[in-house]
Amino acid sequence: MSSTAKRALLDPVVDNNPVTLHVLGICSALAVTTSLLPSLYMCVALTVVAACANAAVSLIRHVLPSSIRIIVQMTIIASLVIVVDESLKAFAFETSRELSVFVGLIITNCIVLGRTESFASKNPVGLSFLDGVGNGLGYSVILILVASARELFGAGTLLGYTILPNVAEGGWYNPNGMMLLPPSAFFVIGLIIWAVRTWKAEQVERPEFRIHEVHRTEVL
Amino acid sequence: MPDVDKDRGSKTETVARTLLVAFFVSLACSSLVASAAVLLQPRQIANAILDVRRNILEVAGLLQPERDVNELYESIEPRVVDLETGTYVQDVDPETFDPLEAAKDPELGVEVPADIDVARVRRRAKLGLVYLVRRDGEVATIILPVSGYGLWSTMYGFIALEPDGNSVVDVTFYEHGETPGLGDFIAKPGWRAFWRGKRLFDESGVLRIEVVKGRVSVDDPLADYHVDGVSGATLTGNGVTKTMQYWLGDHGYGPYLRNIHGEGT
Amino acid sequence: MGSYVELFIKAVFVENLALSFFLGMCTFLAVSKRIQTAFGLGAAVVVVQLITVPTNTFLYHYVLEDGALAWAGLPDVDLSFLGLVTYIGVIAAMVQILEMVLDRYFPPLFHALGIYLPLITVNCAILGGTLFSVQRDYTMSESVVYGIGSGFGWALALVGLAGIREKLKYSDVPDGLQGLGITFIIVGLMSLGFMAFAGIQL
Repeated sequence: MSSTAKRALLDPVVDNNPVTLHVLGICSALAVTTSLLPSLYMCVALTVVAACANAAVSLIRHVLPSSIRIIVQMTIIASLVIVVDESLKAFAFETSRELSVFVGLIITNCIVLGRTESFASKNPVGLSFLDGVGNGLGYSVILILVASARELFGAGTLLGYTILPNVAEGGWYNPNGMMLLPPSAFFVIGLIIWAVRTWKAEQVERPEFRIHEVHRTEVL
Repeated sequence: MPDVDKDRGSKTETVARTLLVAFFVSLACSSLVASAAVLLQPRQIANAILDVRRNILEVAGLLQPERDVNELYESIEPRVVDLETGTYVQDVDPETFDPLEAAKDPELGVEVPADIDVARVRRRAKLGLVYLVRRDGEVATIILPVSGYGLWSTMYGFIALEPDGNSVVDVTFYEHGETPGLGDFIAKPGWRAFWRGKRLFDESGVLRIEVVKGRVSVDDPLADYHVDGVSGATLTGNGVTKTMQYWLGDHGYGPYLRNIHGEGT
Repeated sequence: MGSYVELFIKAVFVENLALSFFLGMCTFLAVSKRIQTAFGLGAAVVVVQLITVPTNTFLYHYVLEDGALAWAGLPDVDLSFLGLVTYIGVIAAMVQILEMVLDRYFPPLFHALGIYLPLITVNCAILGGTLFSVQRDYTMSESVVYGIGSGFGWALALVGLAGIREKLKYSDVPDGLQGLGITFIIVGLMSLGFMAFAGIQL
């Protein structure tokens, strides 16, 4: 794989992660992560949509008039999402019920529209496809981390298999109910961001104001 | 640079081109979407039916993971009931009757007056659907669909009763929007076990079934009619109680169950 | 009347689109640095919700739903699979129209809102509001109340967050948490606070 291709694919995983650096795709990252299985389906759904939408937009990028740019991109994305939604209802019925509203929200998922607008409209098809996959991967990494933490500590299970036996079933682990409640997703992602930025110091934001102590001999 | 852009702008921005691109994109997208919808629909319908059957078999205690659901479902007999009189209706096909759809229809459904509508269903169909489980020709279990508002949204479930129409075999809520980790106890087997053997009506025919706060105390005189709740999820528990009180009461399957008490199925 | 008040209160506090359902998070986190801009975006969201939720609910009941086209003599047609595309189309169109109306008749307001209007089109809270209204089968008047309520709730959460972030301007936050990280923690705490409203019945 060429280096640009590799970069398109791997950059978004940590260095340019859509969720933790660009603040995109947050809504679903928070809402579906109470357990790992629906999150995995969501990751696959988003990666498929992002990759195909990127490829499709890239295909018509030279003939697409600027005035209808956004709406055409949204139409393409919406159509792909509908296909994914219908497929879920046909092949994974139980999960489709749980994911209901959130699969539809992939349409407004800022990651997809953000990438079609900023990358696919200016790059060749193959590269755009890889960029879509890469961003999907970056999103998936975060989702899997959050969902694993929440399901493991909130219910003691992972993918439905008991890892930490619950007190209610004769074990020793008292599940942390808060992990299954919405606010915990914010805390987990906040902590992930802290960890990532401690590792990769270049992602740290500059504070807007810093209280500056003035010493008598200092000239401002 | 600016000149190139202006040229490009004038080339791609003509009205004709805009319309052409818009037309072809719409055509491509709608074909894609329509084909997906049409091709996948039979599978989706089959899935939905399978799901309902699986839930009915589960609450009847008949679900076996290795066996085919449709095969096991052959011992289930759906019947249509007139809710007001509590008698069976012969001329409506139970296989195609959908109480939730009928509820919305102005002819087939009625509005539930606010003072009776404790479960906040707002409308219900005039006819109800019951499922009879037959074993050796005799009715072994009666299954009633119930629905009502919990904490966050409507809960849909089934209650399975002994042939006397009073003792509970099992309860399940297969669709709900309750708080994960708290209110979702209504779908967990541990809680459902509390319902086994409980009675709905007392000797004088008064509906007594209730989900209480916390554990049912041993000195509770009405312990037979009380089901343990979960602390921290009282409102979901109240939702279940109100759901049962509506559907097993006079505005729901009450008349049907009274007929059963009197004459059997 | 009481049920409308209850619906409104529920939409604003108990089922807050931002803090309970996490919709519209991207703009929520990005625009919450200053109270003034938060107000502007919040107001725009309320207006867009007020227009789009009833419109989409109407379209669903009279055009897309299974059997909805009975008035046109086509009772067997089920177009519900076109729902998502239709709603997005309506939202994009409404936002565009709103932009043009503001530009023509209220120029100072148009300049104040500036770039936020196009951002609203892709705000998941807008689409989410429509999807909830359709899923819960609201009547037309209920959808109007829900539209205003849900938009107002989102705006309220946004302004609240902006207020807190402004207060934190001079705080000494650890490097890794600076900016985005601490914002997540704040929103988590706000969300926890809003859970106290669960189960309120008027």
